[in-house]
Amino acid sequence: MNHSKAASIFNKDEKKVDWHDKALWFVRHKRDKAVHAVEGWESLRNYGHGIKAHTLSNLDNYLIQFEENALKNGVQVHWAADGDEHNKIVHSILKAHNAKKVVKSKSMLTEECHLNPFLEADGIEVIDTDLGERIVQLAKEPPSHIVLPAIHKTKEEVDELFQEHLGTKPSGGDPQYLTGEARKHLRKKFISADAAITGVNFAIADTGGFVVCTNEGNADMGAHLAPVHIACMGIEKLIPKQEHLGVFLRLLARSATGQPITTYSSHFKKPINGNKMHIVIVDNGRTEQLSRPDFRASLHCIRCGACMNTCPIYRRSGGHSYDATIPGPIGSILSPGKDLTKHSSLPFASTLCGSCSDVCPVKIDIHSQLYKWRQIITKETPQPFVKKASMKMMGKVFAKPMQFERVGKVARWSLRNLPKGVINSKPNVWGKERDLPSGPTESFDDWYKKRTENEQ
Amino acid sequence: MKVGLFIPCYINQLYPQVGIATLELLEKLNVNVTYPSGQTCCGQPMANSGYESESVGACNNFVDNFKDFDYVVTPSGSCAYHVKKHYDIIPQTEDVTNVRNNVYELCDFIVNILKIKNVNAKFPYKIGVHKSCHGLRGLRLGSCSELVGPSFSSIEDLLNEVEGAELTSLARKDECCGFGGTFAVTEEAISVKMGKDKIKDHLDSGAEVITATDTSCLMHLEGLINRNKQPLKVLHIAEILNSSI
Repeated sequence: MNHSKAASIFNKDEKKVDWHDKALWFVRHKRDKAVHAVEGWESLRNYGHGIKAHTLSNLDNYLIQFEENALKNGVQVHWAADGDEHNKIVHSILKAHNAKKVVKSKSMLTEECHLNPFLEADGIEVIDTDLGERIVQLAKEPPSHIVLPAIHKTKEEVDELFQEHLGTKPSGGDPQYLTGEARKHLRKKFISADAAITGVNFAIADTGGFVVCTNEGNADMGAHLAPVHIACMGIEKLIPKQEHLGVFLRLLARSATGQPITTYSSHFKKPINGNKMHIVIVDNGRTEQLSRPDFRASLHCIRCGACMNTCPIYRRSGGHSYDATIPGPIGSILSPGKDLTKHSSLPFASTLCGSCSDVCPVKIDIHSQLYKWRQIITKETPQPFVKKASMKMMGKVFAKPMQFERVGKVARWSLRNLPKGVINSKPNVWGKERDLPSGPTESFDDWYKKRTENEQ
Repeated sequence: MKVGLFIPCYINQLYPQVGIATLELLEKLNVNVTYPSGQTCCGQPMANSGYESESVGACNNFVDNFKDFDYVVTPSGSCAYHVKKHYDIIPQTEDVTNVRNNVYELCDFIVNILKIKNVNAKFPYKIGVHKSCHGLRGLRLGSCSELVGPSFSSIEDLLNEVEGAELTSLARKDECCGFGGTFAVTEEAISVKMGKDKIKDHLDSGAEVITATDTSCLMHLEGLINRNKQPLKVLHIAEILNSSI
């Protein structure tokens, strides 16, 4: 299903759309308040952009440096070309430790690789420990937002879900009660876990360490209790130096939720004595995206989700309407690089208003990239005949002033003289809920000619 | 200073009054303005739909019409932005770069080139300003809510000097209206919802008239307002600045 169709289904329940829109606008507003309080915010964005651009231009060297330092720290480093290889590596590590129960903190990469079903197929239990992720896991849904995975669910829906899966009492959607119950449920899982999987927000080349940001402390809880810690990261998560965290940690939480910093910014460097730590470094299409000059900056992304919160289309269509691991504006420039045909409607799910680019903490020119993907999609994927033909016709009309005048005259006459029922009939999608302008008798050209004649 | 007036295709055909107001306003301000007769469209409708290559004819026609002017002025932030940003698809001759550098949206031209803020207009109504995205985030006609920096707005500079005019303030001061060119049709449900939300914000703020630098956004909003019989008038900013009621 393309985005437009999914969005129109989402829009059948206008109250829910309003609620979704307001919830995310609230986060965008909180972000505004937080960033306007930081002197030099725009400089921070420039630094963030610059450091990422530099890192991506020297990625080969920084990856090698990172691996060397991580190995020195006693961490085992694995390389995966794609999602499948990533899943097999994680699976083999778990097998080697005879791990049957796994707790996993937030990681969009493991979503992208579909790690959970891969492990579950071999009887391994994987529990997502981020509260929002646990909610969507219980509902058997993918996350609809990268920072707020269950933002599409109301607290009443969560209440019902917990009654069914966790045996809670009906509470009318009492957030405190439900959170408390989730906490008890997850605590048992943490204590009995054989291994913990985490994502990586920043991997630091000059120390071999990495940082995981959470608000719930669930990454730490998992990694500190289980004897095995597997951290999965895309190759673009690298930053050259530890000191660069001073830029990115300040940008990340403010952009994501309007907090000055995430509640937990956990620095991992080496395994606890007697425990094992693994890092899986994954490409899965990133090198290919890096090779596209127009789109390489999409790899700057630090997954804050600000472009989703600000996007008027995302807020009114919901994350699931994008049918992609990463929804919203950033997803719409990443996904076409993976499967152009499947995701061909996404770059068109935008008015090119540019809010995403301005809100982006690492200054990705998201709306310009959406425009560029459009040019590629119309050339490389099948397009509806009507669209293609009408664009060709318009191109011809606008190239020739005489033609333009003639077509304009006909259009104005039709708008003036055809009955409303005909004008607003089914093929005119515009007219479903909007009136068309009435056709004036004179165009500006006509008026101007007359005026010039009268002056003479 | 020789100024060429560009009237966007849909204004030419559907909203001639906006073109007339623009021309009269520039003449009132003693601008030596000419309207070249061979103009059509900037090429944006095709380009934004992914058919940039079909817009080459329109781009060349635009440059041919305006290459001999010191400035090109147009009552559309979106068209001006398109020429500036996307005319990289044709060879960058001196004519092309000149046109790209010298194209201005009307308010931008009046405030930043003519250095005029008071155009001696009268308009005794409560005005809600719709900050069209391409003018705002593309041409930076004003400060954007996402960015941290000093607050400014060429549009508000002009409207604040209009006698009797009162500017209302929105809860979401620069959210997109949902027009978006072919988006208005291909993503009809979202486009309509965005427009409805925008109109509600204006109604809640007490506006009697919505204005903007772009008739395209206004056509979309007016279409909804008329269909739903809402108590709001829609006028292009040139019509307000040229008004003396």
